[in-house]
Amino acid sequence: MELEADLFRREAGRLVAIVTRIFGIHNLPLAEDVVQDAFCRALETWKFHGVPDNPSAWLMTAAKYRALDVLRRERTARNFATDLGKLLESEWTLVPTVDEAFDAAGITDVELRMMFSCIHPSLPEETQVALVLNLLCGFSVGETAAAFLKKPGTMERRLTRAKSALAGTKELFNLAGAADVAARLPSVLRALYLLFNEGYHGASPESSIRGKLCAEALRLATLLLQNRLTATPAAHALVALFDFLAARLPGRVDAAGNLTLLTDRDRSLWDRTLIAAGRHHLELSASGPELTVYHVEAAIAELHADADCVENTDWDGIVALYDTLLALEPSPVVALNRAVALAQRDGPARGLEEIGKIEDCARLGRYPFYLSAVAEFELRLGHGAKAREAFGAAMKVARNVDERRFLQMRMSACDSALQS
Amino acid sequence: MSEFVLLYRNTLEARRESHDSPEKAQQTMKKWRAWFDDMTRKACLKNIGQPLDDAGKVVGGKGRMVTDGPYAETKDVVGGYSLIEAGNLEEAAKIAAGCPIVEIGGLVEVRPVMKIDV
Repeated sequence: MELEADLFRREAGRLVAIVTRIFGIHNLPLAEDVVQDAFCRALETWKFHGVPDNPSAWLMTAAKYRALDVLRRERTARNFATDLGKLLESEWTLVPTVDEAFDAAGITDVELRMMFSCIHPSLPEETQVALVLNLLCGFSVGETAAAFLKKPGTMERRLTRAKSALAGTKELFNLAGAADVAARLPSVLRALYLLFNEGYHGASPESSIRGKLCAEALRLATLLLQNRLTATPAAHALVALFDFLAARLPGRVDAAGNLTLLTDRDRSLWDRTLIAAGRHHLELSASGPELTVYHVEAAIAELHADADCVENTDWDGIVALYDTLLALEPSPVVALNRAVALAQRDGPARGLEEIGKIEDCARLGRYPFYLSAVAEFELRLGHGAKAREAFGAAMKVARNVDERRFLQMRMSACDSALQS
Repeated sequence: MSEFVLLYRNTLEARRESHDSPEKAQQTMKKWRAWFDDMTRKACLKNIGQPLDDAGKVVGGKGRMVTDGPYAETKDVVGGYSLIEAGNLEEAAKIAAGCPIVEIGGLVEVRPVMKIDV
C-alpha cells in the first residue's frame, strides 16, 4: 500500500493533541516526544514490511503503547492531566482511561482544545499561528520557519518560549465553558484567517508550502464546525471565504507557474466543488445578528465566483460590499480593494482618483498590490512610463518570487506599450 | 551465489533527522521501499530481515554486567538487517551502495555468511 502524501502531517496534530490531553499541557514536550517516537517506529517498520492497510490506526496504537510506557515509568515522578490524575495512577483504570482518550469519538474536540490553547491571548498573533502550524499541522520547526521566512533558530526559540507559556496554563483549553469559548473564538478565527492569508499572499518562496498553509487553514476551520459551541455563523462565513478563495487557486498561476492578473485568469479551472461548498456555508452563516468581516469578504468572493468573466462581474454589488466592509473594519487595504472595484466599474481614472482619497496612504507604501494597482491604472490610461515606475516600486516591496516574476512581466508589458 | 548479511548502521541523531518533518519522513520511507523493491525484482533479496528497536541491553564483562545500550558508547547503532544473495563480496557491496541510509550519513556493513563446504 502506498503512503498517503499527508498522512504524517494529519496524524501528527491529532496525536499530539490526544497525548497532551492525557499528559497535561505542562508535559507538552514529553507528548511531542511520544508522537515522534511512534512515527520513528512506524517508519522503521514500514521501511521493511510496507505500509499497513490502516496506517492511521497503526500510528495511533504505537502512540498509545508509547504513552502507556511513559505513564507507567513516570507516574511517581510527574503529575499528568489533573482531571485524570487518580485514574492514571492505578493499573485498574490506566488502560481504559488511555483507551478512552484515544477513542475516535472525542478526537475532534481534543484537536479543538489544542487549537484554542495555541491561540493564547498572551502570545503575539504570528506566534499563535506558528504554534498552530507546529503543533496541529505537523509542520517541523524548519517548515514553520520557512512559512514565515524566518531563520530556523529564531523560530525554534520563539516556539520554545511559546510552549513554555502554554505549559504555564496548567491544562488544555476547556471547551465545556460556553462563555470562555465565545470569548476566545474571534481570536481563533482571526488566527486561521492569518494562516490562510500567509498561504495566499505570504512571504514563503515555495508556492507548495503556501498551498499547504491554505489547505491547513481550511481543514482547521472545518473542525470548528464539528462542535456545537464553535460552529457559529462567523465560523461558517470563514469556511465559505476559504472555500471560495481556495477554489480560485488553480488558475492563479499560468502553465509556466507565473502569477496571472484576475482579468486574465482561466475561470474554467476554478474548483466547482469548492465553490458549491462555499455557497452552502455562506447560506449557513446567514443566521443570527452578527455580521463579521468574514461574511462580507465571503460575499465578495462569491460574486467573483458567480461571474464567468471580469466583464460579467457584478461590480455594483462588489463596490457596495466593500462599502460595508470599510464600515466594519476601516483599513487602507480594504479602501484600496474598493478603489480597484470602482475602477473596474467606472474606468481607471476613477480608480486613481479613489486611491488618491485613501487616508493613511503612506501605510500602503510597503504593500505591493497598492503600487501595482496604481501601475495598472496608469497603464490602462496609456501612461506607460508612470506605470513602469510604479511597477518598479512594487517590485522593491514584493514578498515572494512569484510576485517578483509577475511584476517583471508587467514591466515588460509597459515597455512594449511604450514602444508601440 | 553466496549469502551476505547487510547491517544498517547509523547514529540515532542522523536517523531522527531523516524523519524530523512529515515530508522528509515520507521521502525516506519511499526511498527504502523502492530500494527493497528493486532488490526483490533483481531476485537478490533473500530475506528482507527486520528493523531493530533502539531499546536494548548489553551484557558483558567479568560480572556479566548488564547496561542499557547498545549505543551508550558507540557512535552508530545497528538499526536493522537483511539477507541478500550475490556472486561475490564486490557485487554485494555494489548492491549495498544503493541503500538510502548512505545518503544521510549512515553505513551499510556487508558481511559474507561464513560457509564451509565439507
